[in-house]
Amino acid sequence: MSALHELSLRDAAERVRRRQVSAVDLTRAALGRIAAVDPAIGAFVTANEVEAMATAEAIDRRIAAGQDPGPLAGVPVGVKDVICTAGLRTTAASRILERFVPAYDATVVARLRAAGAVIVGKLNCDEFAMGSSTENSAVGSTRNPWDLARVPGGSSGGSAVAVAAGECHASLGTDTGGSVRLPAAFCGVVGLKPTYGRVSRYGVIAYASSLDQVGPVARDVADVAVVLEAIAGHDPADSTAAPRTVPSYLGALDGTVRGLRLGLPREYFVEGMQPEVEAAVRAAVDELEKLGATIEPVSLPHTEYAIATYYLVATAEASSNLARYDGVRYGLREARPALGEMYETTRAAGFGPEVKRRIMLGTYALSAGYYDAYYLKAQQIRTLIRLDFQKALETCDALVTPVAPTTAFRLGEKTADPLTMYLSDIFTISVNLAGLPALSVPCGFDRTGLPIGLQVIGRPFEEATVLRVGHAYEQATEWHRRRPPL
Amino acid sequence: MAITREEVRRVAALARLRLEPAEEERLTADLDHILEAFARLAAVDTSAVPPTAHVEDDRAAFRDDAVTNPPAAEGLLANAPARDGRFFRVPKIIE
Amino acid sequence: MTTPALDGLEAVIGLEVHAELLTRSKIFCGCSAEFGGAPNTNVCPVCLGMPGVLPVLNRRVVEFAIRAGLATQCAIAPRSRFARKNYFYPDLSKGYQISMYELPICTGGHLEIFTEGETRRIGLTRIHMEEDTGKNIHDAHGDASLVDFNRSGVPLLEIVSEPDMRSVPEAGAYLRTLRSILQYLEICDGNMEEGSFRCDANVSVRPRGSTAFGTKVEIKNMNSFRAVEKAITYELGRQAEALGRGERLVQETRLWDADREETRSMRSKEHAHDYRYFPEPDLLPLVVDQPWVDAVRATLPELPTARRERFARDHQLSTYDADVLTQRKDVADYFEAGVAAGAPAKEMANWVMTELLRIVREEKLDRALVIREWPVTPLQLAGLVKLVEAGTVNRNTAKALIPRLRGTARDPGELVAAEGLAQVSDRSALEAAVADVLAKNASQVAEFRAGKERVLGFLVGQVMKATGGKANPQVVQEVLRAALAR
Repeated sequence: MSALHELSLRDAAERVRRRQVSAVDLTRAALGRIAAVDPAIGAFVTANEVEAMATAEAIDRRIAAGQDPGPLAGVPVGVKDVICTAGLRTTAASRILERFVPAYDATVVARLRAAGAVIVGKLNCDEFAMGSSTENSAVGSTRNPWDLARVPGGSSGGSAVAVAAGECHASLGTDTGGSVRLPAAFCGVVGLKPTYGRVSRYGVIAYASSLDQVGPVARDVADVAVVLEAIAGHDPADSTAAPRTVPSYLGALDGTVRGLRLGLPREYFVEGMQPEVEAAVRAAVDELEKLGATIEPVSLPHTEYAIATYYLVATAEASSNLARYDGVRYGLREARPALGEMYETTRAAGFGPEVKRRIMLGTYALSAGYYDAYYLKAQQIRTLIRLDFQKALETCDALVTPVAPTTAFRLGEKTADPLTMYLSDIFTISVNLAGLPALSVPCGFDRTGLPIGLQVIGRPFEEATVLRVGHAYEQATEWHRRRPPL
Repeated sequence: MAITREEVRRVAALARLRLEPAEEERLTADLDHILEAFARLAAVDTSAVPPTAHVEDDRAAFRDDAVTNPPAAEGLLANAPARDGRFFRVPKIIE
Repeated sequence: MTTPALDGLEAVIGLEVHAELLTRSKIFCGCSAEFGGAPNTNVCPVCLGMPGVLPVLNRRVVEFAIRAGLATQCAIAPRSRFARKNYFYPDLSKGYQISMYELPICTGGHLEIFTEGETRRIGLTRIHMEEDTGKNIHDAHGDASLVDFNRSGVPLLEIVSEPDMRSVPEAGAYLRTLRSILQYLEICDGNMEEGSFRCDANVSVRPRGSTAFGTKVEIKNMNSFRAVEKAITYELGRQAEALGRGERLVQETRLWDADREETRSMRSKEHAHDYRYFPEPDLLPLVVDQPWVDAVRATLPELPTARRERFARDHQLSTYDADVLTQRKDVADYFEAGVAAGAPAKEMANWVMTELLRIVREEKLDRALVIREWPVTPLQLAGLVKLVEAGTVNRNTAKALIPRLRGTARDPGELVAAEGLAQVSDRSALEAAVADVLAKNASQVAEFRAGKERVLGFLVGQVMKATGGKANPQVVQEVLRAALAR
């Protein structure tokens, strides 16, 4: 029998349900694994040992009493540190929230708890979810478990690493421009960005309100489906959360893609891609064709404008969302005799350079005289990008692309020029602008052993189709079984 | 130049960010570099295109007019950097 | 208050009113909107602007906005949108206010005002919904401010007039009419002193006959109707004088200083206000369809202007009297209840306007939206009116009965009978008293007979005194005259 921490989420939950394993044992195994490997990889910001054990004990008692504490009962999970956990420090990986302890749970956290999950800790990320490498964290970088000198991707680096390293059976990340899919691809795990509005954003520290979504990360597609089912659905506290029923995502994984039409956007196979990445993705496409899907070329002509569009819309919204961090009601305050000085020094001391850069860019894009040329223009091009996808997804059930142009790059490799870092998002970013669901699933490794991810993009609220394609591919391959050499 | 140092100063003031001179210089260079790259957006014809204010917008979301929150517990004020009883305390506002 | 002589210049006045709405809960969260309470008790993570929180719109606020729009002949926008107004201030918990900008819910209405004997139409530019801020107070030592967020998130309607007013009386009449309408609609209690009805004025002057606008000055900090009138009067004078001296006026915001009775320039701010408005991404576009508008329209009460016209017509009242009686709906209801109980309209109007409203104003009973505790009930007042009309008691006696009836359910007629308060109208009964008075006041008798008519009043008074106030003064006069003529 494999070590407890290596079990899939479904397996672990099943064994707890059958009383073959106790929640306490599972939790202890996860905490032990964290203690063993996290010093090297730094996925966690805050551990939650005491409360996690107490939760596990309570679950074991309920099971002993014949109750059913939920589909995730006893399973250790991690939560990205931009998602509020009541009574447990939530920092957004920022100095400005270094000591912030929310009095409330995010809705997704409440739902995980209601499903019986055991929250073992808070996971590192880029500060306020702004970044593609988890190098922008005030807490320190997280390392890719496949090569400790490399980035895990971002912004949900800790979420992907913790799962890849076996520190928990699943995690929650957030995805605004690729922040679940990119680290999932770089770390060889499965990550999903749901349709905008599929999952509640209440209690999720906002970066870009019209783009943010919470997404599950796990070691295989079925596990991701189970977590999605637990967290998705309407929330009266979030006006943008859609009142649509949550289907059984696990049940939709019937293993077949026969008859599905998959589109390959020509703009996503470009010069400058790492050749092994392109090769792996093309091989995956061939595999899907062998499994019975038909492949069609499609075009998303406005792709070249996506980065600029994203970095104007997202930073504009962010500049406004981060105004509340002013030292008045919570968070860091640099004491000064006058208010104006207090504001300026608090925010200067509390925010890191990337956050400041994006606040500045966003403020500029909204400011008088520039709103039309930048923010408004970007929102108009966003409409064109959405329409590109709508058109492509009329003739195709899903689109298949790479997740990133390269495998994981070295720590410090792209920090000199912000634009270079921004270009890592080139294949993921349009999906957020269009609000579509998208999955990253492992599809190979480069010659140095770094994971490569395949992206599957679907129609709004068709997570079931996206998961089905990913699952069918995954089951026909062995990539998802490889573990990092930790 | 897509953005000047003067404009960076103005924007920093709007955003209540105190910048060291070196930061100001670097940010000006960064933002200029980024905005130059973004200038390509101007080439796209958007004359008849509505902006996307919301991704999906064919439904409503309301609350009923009911008091559903109890009087605030201490916990909500617990993160306050400075307090005076139940008030939040801030430095003097100098016009 | 009159408009200062502007010598060839014409006043151009626009008013911006913020009305606090009488909902139970706040606009975007379930906190109580009720006034009072210890500081920071009616607060929650949403109205405190904590990380990750989201607004959800109170449907009743929209209903109230539609009511206000319909009552002022506005067009109700089928689609309108909330927007963020971004600025930093300690009482603004998110660092932005959720308001409306490009697409308000109501546009293009008007009010009919009645002033100086004429009716005029004043245009409304727009009405929109927004959230109120918290409150800053200066602490005792003066080196800090204390912030209370109980009012943060209370719903407001912003009502903007066209710059159609041409005099201070018109501005006063507009405010009174608008307040009256909002009170009739029961959406705002219109209390300027307590801050539930706030007014800022935009004032400029221009040569009479010109259509171009002069330099506009915004005036804030006027905390009563009187203050509004005084401030605008002062400002018009200031502008006229400045122009007369050949000075250029500056477009600025000035504060009314109630102690010095002048407007003063706010010291120029370092950062000019650039609010960087953009559509609120956390709220959906507001759709108000025709059925909703029709449903709200069906709940509208008879509005002040219509009621005033009906009173003038049906009760044969002067427009002035009808105007006074219909400014408050509860007063108008009171009057009509009295008339329905048989009191003649003109006399009932007179008693309401003089006796009743005097007490109401003295005791500040009119601070509430609806007066609950009248000094006497409408039926009691009608009873008194009828007793006076029938000659059963004289006016003074009836007046004196008001405090005695207060708080009781007693019928005035019953009280008069029980205590023998009926006035004596029988001539023969009075003749003895008259004879007695004439005998005791020989010099006045002589003066009267010598032509001094005024002395009659003194003699009537003496008879009233001798009869303990119970004599019918009319009859006393007749009997006296007859006696003096002998």
